[in-house]
Amino acid sequence: MSSHAASHPQDAHSNNPHADYIGDKVGFWFFLYTELVLFGGLFLGYFFYHMKYKEAFHEAGSHLNVFMGAGNTVVLLTSSLTMVMSLTALQRKQKGLSLFYLGLTILFALAFMVVKYFEWGAKFSYGLYPGSEILQTQHSDGVVIFYGLYFVMTGTHGLHVVLGLIALSWMFVLVWQDKIHAGDYAYLENVGLYWHLVDLIWIYLFPLLYLVA
Amino acid sequence: MGSHEQSHDHDDHHIIGYGTHLVIYFGLLLLTGLTVAVARVNLGELNLWVAMLVATFKAALVILYFMHMKYEHKLIQFLFVIALLALFLPYGAVFIDYLHR
Repeated sequence: MSSHAASHPQDAHSNNPHADYIGDKVGFWFFLYTELVLFGGLFLGYFFYHMKYKEAFHEAGSHLNVFMGAGNTVVLLTSSLTMVMSLTALQRKQKGLSLFYLGLTILFALAFMVVKYFEWGAKFSYGLYPGSEILQTQHSDGVVIFYGLYFVMTGTHGLHVVLGLIALSWMFVLVWQDKIHAGDYAYLENVGLYWHLVDLIWIYLFPLLYLVA
Repeated sequence: MGSHEQSHDHDDHHIIGYGTHLVIYFGLLLLTGLTVAVARVNLGELNLWVAMLVATFKAALVILYFMHMKYEHKLIQFLFVIALLALFLPYGAVFIDYLHR
């Protein structure tokens, strides 16, 4: 294993004599598995209550804006595309192109958050937020649970998008300063993996929340 | 960790081209359209499962190509399978418990 890692082309080009390309990725995947369990628990809660409150979930889900949800799905999928494009460009020593795609990824992440802002804002203006009076007094238990799950799941996901934005911006600086390059790109690859995970979670959230009606 | 895999790691197979990325991307867009279209047809109980099936196809495309799993080191692929089992075995336990209440 160590002989394999040491013989990886990346390590040969890297300035760091202790570079371990496979080790970097294994470690990052372990972090991603903890994320899987975090969201996995929320999804399990969703499935459980969906079985219990089928009608209420249908009713509550119909109040979400499918157009905005689908739009945000396309935005995130596109940002995943520009993310891998950025990595391929860096691996092919096209630094300018890599920065261009990375910049686009950051813009798409921002666009996602802007759409989320308007979505949540609309819900708040109807008095729909966790613990709100309207939810407590005018809606059934199932609807309250649906909106609870909606805010916790999209909120946790949104937090990940914000953290992703910070990580992506950090990568932009590192590529700009030539601190990561065609010979040493594990950081960019791992941030890419994180960004695709954020996309993956949304791939499941979108039909569960917006299309359940 | 065999010699075959090492030789793969060392040549250009390691870098996925722009063309492949675009093909996967358009596949993902098509499947998103399919999810929205299918949701408009009333299949009753089946709707949720069809949506999850399409989402899982999309997830597979993202993991295999965008996340590079198809070309990944055997150790990383092995750990991924273990992680999925660790996630879905408790899922199975909860569903069985729920159905027998």
